Amino acid sequence: MRFAVLQFGGSNCDHDAQHVIRDVCGVDCDLVWYKEGFTRSYDAIVIPGGFSYGDYLRAGAIATRTPVMQDVRQHAAAGGLVLGICNGAQIGAESGLVPGVFTTNEYPKFICEWVHLKVENTTSPFTSRYTEGEVIRIPIAHKEGRYVAGEGVAQQLLDEGRVAFRFCDELGNCTPESNPNGSALNITGVLSEDQNVLLMMPHPERAAESILGSDDGKKLFDSMIEYCERRE
Amino acid sequence: MTINVKITISLKDGMLDPEARAIQHALSNLGYATETLSTARVFNVGLDADSAETAERMATEMCNRLLANPVIHSYEIEVI
Repeated sequence: MRFAVLQFGGSNCDHDAQHVIRDVCGVDCDLVWYKEGFTRSYDAIVIPGGFSYGDYLRAGAIATRTPVMQDVRQHAAAGGLVLGICNGAQIGAESGLVPGVFTTNEYPKFICEWVHLKVENTTSPFTSRYTEGEVIRIPIAHKEGRYVAGEGVAQQLLDEGRVAFRFCDELGNCTPESNPNGSALNITGVLSEDQNVLLMMPHPERAAESILGSDDGKKLFDSMIEYCERRE
Repeated sequence: MTINVKITISLKDGMLDPEARAIQHALSNLGYATETLSTARVFNVGLDADSAETAERMATEMCNRLLANPVIHSYEIEVI
């Protein structure tokens, strides 16, 4: 089993993601520079956080139009796992891997804080290690993370089990007060139709070791690994 | 020949415009009560095209492929 972490100019959570996958979870993980592309097949591709192309135009917009993203789309279409975190989520959404877009926060400033998330889906390759309704603690760090989708789309995604995580309070209530960026229905982790793509604004790789204050994010990577092991 | 095109990207009607709201608030603090305020982004592009129609078609493609996100944006193209 082998994971890849895709690097663009401006990626800055690439080594963190590799560290968690390789050193904490014990799975081979390559860093792949976007210009070099994928020279072998991977079970999972992680698009990490950062500021690809300086967030010019819209966060993720320019990275999305690079040739390597065509390979990511093909990987996803073939059923491979794709995890987009923060800027990676913005890139994935701009690429059309899930409906909607992650855009400027309701209050347009950069937010960096710990939040609580309600786990809404426990059947996807990314969330199987969580329990239904579990409340986890993971940090966010973004200015353009407000999830917006077309009319009725957010509710439809929730109804169809395609929402992995929603912002909530520590008791698991998804209230306006517990929604740091104004995302539609507090949604901050969206699954593709086949559930093999997850795009999320919070940073599970920053909460995968208890020394960092929480290891709630590790279950996400463990879920992915377990799913890939079963496929092998 | 070079044909200049002005492309304006705006948020669709009804979309929350957080930057506009912050600017409106700042203007209000300066004593300017504004009824409405919205933001837009303008791109002035010189295109190598043989006619205004071709330039407009190219600009439309540019909007659809990169400059606008159809989930939240609308755009206007003006051949200058």
